[in-house]
Amino acid sequence: MIHVQELTKRYGDKLALDHVSFDVQQGEVLGLLGLNGAGKTTTMNILTGYISATSGRAIVDGHDVAREPIEAKRLIGYLPEQLAFYTDMRVREYLDFVCDLKGVKKGRKEHVAEVCERVGIAHMTSRLIRNLSRGYRQRLGFAQALIGNPKVLILDEPTAGLDPSQVIEIRSLIQELGKTRTVIFSSHVLSEVQAVCTRVVVLHNGRLLADDTPENLGRALRSTHRMVARIQGEPAQVQAALAQQEGLTLEVLGQKEPNAYDYVIEGAEGQDIRADVFRALAKADLPLLSTYGNETSLEDIFLHLVAAQRYNA
Amino acid sequence: MLAILKREFRAYFQSPLGYVFIAALFFFSGFYFFTYNLYSSTTNMSTLFDLLFPVVLFLVPVLTMRLMSEDKRLRTDQLLLTAPVSRLGIVLGKYCAAAAVFIIAVSSTLLEAIVMSFFGQPHWPVIIGHVVGILLLGLTLIAICMFLSALTESQVIAAVSGFVVSLFLMLVDALALVVNNRFLQVVFRNLSFNDRYKPFTVGIFDLPSVVFFISIGALFLFLTLAVLDKDRWR
Repeated sequence: MIHVQELTKRYGDKLALDHVSFDVQQGEVLGLLGLNGAGKTTTMNILTGYISATSGRAIVDGHDVAREPIEAKRLIGYLPEQLAFYTDMRVREYLDFVCDLKGVKKGRKEHVAEVCERVGIAHMTSRLIRNLSRGYRQRLGFAQALIGNPKVLILDEPTAGLDPSQVIEIRSLIQELGKTRTVIFSSHVLSEVQAVCTRVVVLHNGRLLADDTPENLGRALRSTHRMVARIQGEPAQVQAALAQQEGLTLEVLGQKEPNAYDYVIEGAEGQDIRADVFRALAKADLPLLSTYGNETSLEDIFLHLVAAQRYNA
Repeated sequence: MLAILKREFRAYFQSPLGYVFIAALFFFSGFYFFTYNLYSSTTNMSTLFDLLFPVVLFLVPVLTMRLMSEDKRLRTDQLLLTAPVSRLGIVLGKYCAAAAVFIIAVSSTLLEAIVMSFFGQPHWPVIIGHVVGILLLGLTLIAICMFLSALTESQVIAAVSGFVVSLFLMLVDALALVVNNRFLQVVFRNLSFNDRYKPFTVGIFDLPSVVFFISIGALFLFLTLAVLDKDRWR
């Protein structure tokens, strides 16, 4: 559905995007991940035709954004990072204007009502935009992106500045929309991308660092030779039990519960110690209360990728 | 284009701007009509249209000051530029909205001519020539001032630069007389809006003047489009 090929953008001397390429399939929810200034908004601005690329191509459903901008834009609903509205208009009036812009003619009233219902602003349609709260403005931004039922949704930091309950609502809305549309969604909140996206493209300093599913990215980093465990029993007993297993080292982190301590247990690089630790503790009748450290969050992946790039540079 | 035209036209009347502009033009044309037609008992509207020249020059920058600059300041240009509308459609939509408000304001002169027709015999071809002249002047100025508005985010700067251009257009005839350089004399004389407007106020439908105004208007619409395109390549 979307084909980004060797996209490069220069702002004067600054290279904002450096030969970035990726594809997005129909029905996919792609997360664009990166720190501020990584190139996420620039990529989205090029995809939506707001700015032009210095070189490279962006193609939406077969239409080159630079050569056939009207056809490409017709397929896209865009929620920009910095929401800007004509604040002297009422919600209904504004959405009517967006319908005019997108050429929605038939069944407009029903369509606008359906979109308002979907994003939860059906009861606000007669309000002046200037009187809307940040959360409602965000929803209005979503509504204008959904007008005309575009095949592609491009959402730039859609949850920025929202309170936690609004963030949850917007996330579930994106997940729902992702079932029927292709969605590109940028964020620097990594847990959000992990919760919503089926694939992640990581940008850093205008370069593409990774392009994979969150699971695949995590698999590459998952460490099975090291774990943090809370074990019931005295450290001496735990030490004795684990000493039976070859190559395991133990570090006591401290007492966290009555008669329970946290430990860092580490084996040789590449060794999966999880089953060995379990068996050794079971044999010594030392209950393993909990373990941490095997789940790789997107934060870990991201920090690892950025650190690796800095190291390579 | 129609969507932009509708929105911009409505915006003029959602703020006092549209009403103030129309009221100001109605006031000046009414005042001159009373002084130079009713009070002098004549159906000749030449003086009225002659005196409307500086009024139009100073009111049009007020009409156009927010036209492009407001979108830049509010960042609503992003909505327009990412919508399936061409940049030319955006420029023409905004231009036509300002032109429509201007035409409504100038219609006061036609009303005055109609009022006169109840009591006298106005010479309609001449009056229509007057109206065409003032429309050409106004529509050309709207294109120039819209271009100035596209260059800045500040409505104040857009208005002030519009006034400066208007003042220049008023003084350009005098400048042609005071400079010694032959080339500059020719340039200033050919830039004179007043010289081009004058034939219409005496009832002459001057085709070269029509072409002059239309060409200048088209040039500045093209330049406004170029500013929008330049922003895309920033």
